[in-house]
Amino acid sequence: MSGLRTLYEKIWDSHVVHRRDDGTCLLYIDRHLIHEVTSAQAFDGLRANGRSVRRPDLTLAVPDHNLPTTPRVDGSGARMTIADMDSAAQLEALERNAPEFGIRYFGATAPEQGIVHVVGPEQGFSLPGTTIVCGDSHTSAHGGIGALAFGIGTSEVEHVLATQTLQLTPSKTMEVRIDGSLGYGVTPKDIILAVIGRMGAGAGTGHVIEYTGSTCRSMSVEGRLTIANMSIEAGARAGVFAPDETTFAYLKGRRFAPKGADWERAVSAWCALATDAGASYDKVEIFDAGAIAPTVTWGTSLDDVVPITGCVPDPESMADPARRESMRKAIGYMGLAAGQRMQDIAVQNIFIGSCTNSRIEDLRAAAQVVRGRHIAPEIRQAIVVPGSGLVKRQAEAEGLDLIFIEAGLEWREPGCSMCLAMNPDKVPPGERCASTSNRNFVGRQGPGSRTHLMSPIMAAAAAVTGRLADVRDWMGVV
Amino acid sequence: MKPVKEVFGRAYPLGRDNVDTDIILPGRFLKTITRSGLASAAFESIRAEPGNIFENPVWKGAPIVIAGQNFGCGSSREHAVWAMMDLGILAVIAESYSDIFSGNAFKNGMVTITQPRHNIVRLLDWAQVGAIAISLLSQTITFGDENVEFHVDPFRKECLLKGLDEIGLTLGFDADITAFEQDLSQRQPWIALPL
Ligand code: SF4
Repeated sequence: MSGLRTLYEKIWDSHVVHRRDDGTCLLYIDRHLIHEVTSAQAFDGLRANGRSVRRPDLTLAVPDHNLPTTPRVDGSGARMTIADMDSAAQLEALERNAPEFGIRYFGATAPEQGIVHVVGPEQGFSLPGTTIVCGDSHTSAHGGIGALAFGIGTSEVEHVLATQTLQLTPSKTMEVRIDGSLGYGVTPKDIILAVIGRMGAGAGTGHVIEYTGSTCRSMSVEGRLTIANMSIEAGARAGVFAPDETTFAYLKGRRFAPKGADWERAVSAWCALATDAGASYDKVEIFDAGAIAPTVTWGTSLDDVVPITGCVPDPESMADPARRESMRKAIGYMGLAAGQRMQDIAVQNIFIGSCTNSRIEDLRAAAQVVRGRHIAPEIRQAIVVPGSGLVKRQAEAEGLDLIFIEAGLEWREPGCSMCLAMNPDKVPPGERCASTSNRNFVGRQGPGSRTHLMSPIMAAAAAVTGRLADVRDWMGVV
Repeated sequence: MKPVKEVFGRAYPLGRDNVDTDIILPGRFLKTITRSGLASAAFESIRAEPGNIFENPVWKGAPIVIAGQNFGCGSSREHAVWAMMDLGILAVIAESYSDIFSGNAFKNGMVTITQPRHNIVRLLDWAQVGAIAISLLSQTITFGDENVEFHVDPFRKECLLKGLDEIGLTLGFDADITAFEQDLSQRQPWIALPL
């Protein structure tokens, strides 16, 4: 043993409450985010066993998945009811459970409401060096600020509520090193799509990824959150960026971030979190950012990735019969043909939002592309859904809402929206969506929906052209 | 949690790789606030295919599923496990699993067994004609005259065999958790938040 440790190992070690002989650890959890979809059964379990929430102060509840993104209050200021009875029941359960167990709650009409993974960092609730969990796989997003953050199931939600710990076995470590500067029109979303496309959607299984290299170091916190968010799509439990000056500048002054002397102490503790020079990872993958083009998905798995300048691949060219078959299926579901140019694919729906790409930086960039233009007549539905109430108000203060509205896009209330088909925002069967979300799975955006994942500026370019387009042709010139 | 010692019966020869949680249970069925009643939605997109294994009387109600790599990838939804269990599935045999899925399965008393590809292929063949017996106690899968062994984490094995409640186990460490919290409040006072 060299004694040299990676960032992940440092965070892990500092949270071990008890270590069993077989290596399983009881790990302390610093931050627990709750939403309406995966918590009701956990609270029921607590009630059934007469248990309470151990640390309500470390817990934050926000509804996001089910909320319609249409106005939440009517003209008289009264709260709108949710028409879908199941959605309404999930929301009501959280509204009951949070106060009953003494948990801080940003409700459907609260100004801070938003997607949990957007709310956590922007409130300073998510902090470097902490362990963060949520009953949602994209919790990996919070790794963008230097936390060890991962999704858990409902039984684990109940476990954390009752004990503020989890029983876990350590993961292997994987370095994804990205060096070089990003090309024109290339964003962190393109990086993570290209990275997963090359490594494979299962490459990170059993691992926690640390993103390193010059590209990552010069990236904004928003960009890091986008990349860390999709670590789970590479199969990794979590993805983490070493906290640095960029992180500290982002967090300083946020609502739950440490203040005064605590801030100084916290920053010096956070500075010590970096991976030791010479520490080794179980796996290393290296990428050249300059070689990455704006990237889109063509199929129904994150393996199915291609540069926008490319074509739908030909399954017959695949050596592996299983891969050939899955590609045939995906092409069939997506209604495409092998060899078809990506830029010839027409879309009817545009979704700019989700915990991957709904932060202020994403909206600013997308607005730049549609400014002074109009969405193509073939577009049936184009929605922009800010990730939180804070993002929404910031965007409105900058006039971004008007740019979108003038271009023919709809400006919505914060929530998960069209990322998954749980609320009224859906892609109709057989229709195609240029989406900034993180999953292109069968039926993800509604039964029969066809998803192409891409960056916010690429989705904006698709809105303007009515087909998948290379945003580099559309930037800068009006 | 109900203890499991063995699982015996027919096995759905699903076979595919990357069976994601949207295939197991589409997102729009996550709207329940209870753990039961999801059987009718399990594997919905597959069950819409004519001649699919889930509706075939040969396998209908089978307690085992056999699949390829990366089973249960995708979202963390435990509903996927609840839906499978509601359908009567007690065990999965696959080449590999997403970490979250196998964790969720374990917590609900569902057995997830990993086998190399060549055994999966043999099991898929056998599943066409006969039943499979899984013994957690002896860590073996028996099909016809054949026997293969599987690995299971000793802690998980004990919990599954005894039907132990994980929260109850952890609460036994209450003193350690309290000591950790006291130390934490000294080391990193900013972690605790005012309510
Ligand atoms: S935006 Fe999408 S991926 Fe993110 S938490 Fe909501 S449903 Fe999950």
